[in-house]
Amino acid sequence: MIALLSRDLALAIRAGGGFGLGLAFFLIVVTLVPFGVGPQSELLSRIAPGILWLGALLACLLSLDRILALDWEDGSLDLLATAPLPMEGIVSIKALAHWLTTGLPLVLAAPVLGLLLNLPQAGFVWLTLSLALGTPALSVIGTFGAALTVGLKRGGLLMSLLVLPLYVPTLIFGAEVARRGAQGMETQTPLLMLAGISLAVIALLPFASAAVLRVNLR
Amino acid sequence: MMLDAQNLSVARGGIPILAEVSFSLAPGRALILRGPNGIGKTSLLRVVAGLQPPLAGTLTGAGDNVAYAAHADGLKTTLSVAENLTFWARVFGTDDIAPALAAYQLGPLRDRAAGQLSAGQKRRLGLARLMVTGRPIWVLDEPTVSLDRDAVAMFADAVRLHLGQGGSALIATHIDLGLDGDALDVAQFRAVPPDSDDFDEVFL
Amino acid sequence: MASIWEYANPKKFIDTTNRVIPALWALALVCLVVGLVWGFFFTPDDYRQGSTVKIFYLHVPSALMAINGWFMMLVASLIWIIRRHHVSALAARAAAPVGMVMTIIALLTGAIWGQPMWGTYWAWDPRLTSFLILFLFYLGYIALWSAIEDDDTAADLTAVLCLVGSVFAVLSRYAVNFWNQGLHQPASLSLDAEENVADVFFLPALPSMAGFVLLFIVLVLIRTQTEIRARRMRALLARERMQS
Repeated sequence: MIALLSRDLALAIRAGGGFGLGLAFFLIVVTLVPFGVGPQSELLSRIAPGILWLGALLACLLSLDRILALDWEDGSLDLLATAPLPMEGIVSIKALAHWLTTGLPLVLAAPVLGLLLNLPQAGFVWLTLSLALGTPALSVIGTFGAALTVGLKRGGLLMSLLVLPLYVPTLIFGAEVARRGAQGMETQTPLLMLAGISLAVIALLPFASAAVLRVNLR
Repeated sequence: MMLDAQNLSVARGGIPILAEVSFSLAPGRALILRGPNGIGKTSLLRVVAGLQPPLAGTLTGAGDNVAYAAHADGLKTTLSVAENLTFWARVFGTDDIAPALAAYQLGPLRDRAAGQLSAGQKRRLGLARLMVTGRPIWVLDEPTVSLDRDAVAMFADAVRLHLGQGGSALIATHIDLGLDGDALDVAQFRAVPPDSDDFDEVFL
Repeated sequence: MASIWEYANPKKFIDTTNRVIPALWALALVCLVVGLVWGFFFTPDDYRQGSTVKIFYLHVPSALMAINGWFMMLVASLIWIIRRHHVSALAARAAAPVGMVMTIIALLTGAIWGQPMWGTYWAWDPRLTSFLILFLFYLGYIALWSAIEDDDTAADLTAVLCLVGSVFAVLSRYAVNFWNQGLHQPASLSLDAEENVADVFFLPALPSMAGFVLLFIVLVLIRTQTEIRARRMRALLARERMQS
């Protein structure tokens, strides 16, 4: 398991791994928003939590099809399936590697981009906290989508169609934490819901991902 | 470890292609699968490797005893030869890659990125992977594709060494490896379409 | 003792459903005509909403079937996963487009109703939003079915998607409720609500809901038959390829 994780991280860091691509995408989305809605800083400050959450979600989505498709193409996935690792472990490690290479940088970059959007002072802590709690769920749900579409030639678009509706609860509670935090409101309920969703998804969804991956490999 | 298959039925894309396949493979022996293209050798090997469930029949002694190698070598182009092998060794819980490097003469290439290898060198690396799995039954699908004559000899030696250590090998190949083993013609197991009567029940 | 699973045999399924489909069609049409004519022409105008309230007789039954359609797919998917009856998987596949059309009808009639009521065709009200999300789930489910060539693989993958999707759909419903409290009146028909629709409006709703239920069943049965025949045709072609 650790071998698989360290290999995936090494692959992501070396050239061609797409490491940092999600981060660049996040930056661009956030840069484009003021062009779309206008430069008024009090408007930007109001929509900043939502835009940052949406940008992080889309950046996450961008790299999902790399989670399993590359291993599928070069045959590693078949070989891993015959290795002494449980399939549930493989998909969990894949999701963890995706989060470390995509989700974690987004969490760290979000406060910096919050400055660009004039995020209120009180919001920074809550934004970072909500992303830190929510992005693992995005990676795990995304791995499920990737496992569903791994055998398809043009699975990327279909995967977005399947994954985005599944992202709705995470997005709602995550953005709600950030929004309420920015306005100085009470955040406990959405924060607990967000944490609950993340934990439940991490605990349960790998079984579904492993099941569909086995179907796709046979 | 004895590999034993009894009355296996094998499907490809939901369609049964082989039926009533029975064979057994004792330690120290090799079994060569022969038969025309498309007859179902690859599907049979995938069943033995546990990637695909058989439609019917029993398979004993496979599971975690099998090391599988297919057309794709599962190499990461940005990792070096040694890193690729070390990764698979760690996955299978072993740690010595030196014998595998030596057997396929990969020592001089060990720090070269796998992406810069020729097709034959990649294949050698893919086959060297089998030696680091530490598993007794090798299940090989066309292992000699893109190997030159010297490399085929290296492969045959590696298989012989493996058999000598009490391992066994199930190999689908068209060339003569000069191995001491039996041949099994898969064509004789070609599935006969089911009768029309029970066709309503199962569609196929 | 005849078991219900006998109907999982495709031939038996087609034979039996062929016998009941005409009767179901007739019953569905009678219920729909009675319910809709009664509802549209023989109920008084509401004192607040005027005659716009009458779209209720289309809106509520279709919304009901949009949700029940997904629930039926969930049950059929579970049967496929547990018992591996092909008819069950094909029934789930057959129900998806019907359920999606019901969702679209509910959304459209809701928009038409909402304009005079709330002054807007669309609002990000929890109920409306949940239906939009349900529509997206239907869309993804159908897209996955059509993207995969191998029938059994597609059945397995969509069944798991349906299971996971159901959990997330319920979760989304609660999330959306939390997110926006909304304009939509509470469910118009429920047994425990203290304030309910007056009987004069309620009675015609019964035949129209029965009509929608029957219409849904008939359409799903016919579509399942079609799916079975299409599946058998692919199987016959595959057989021919095997023999050649």
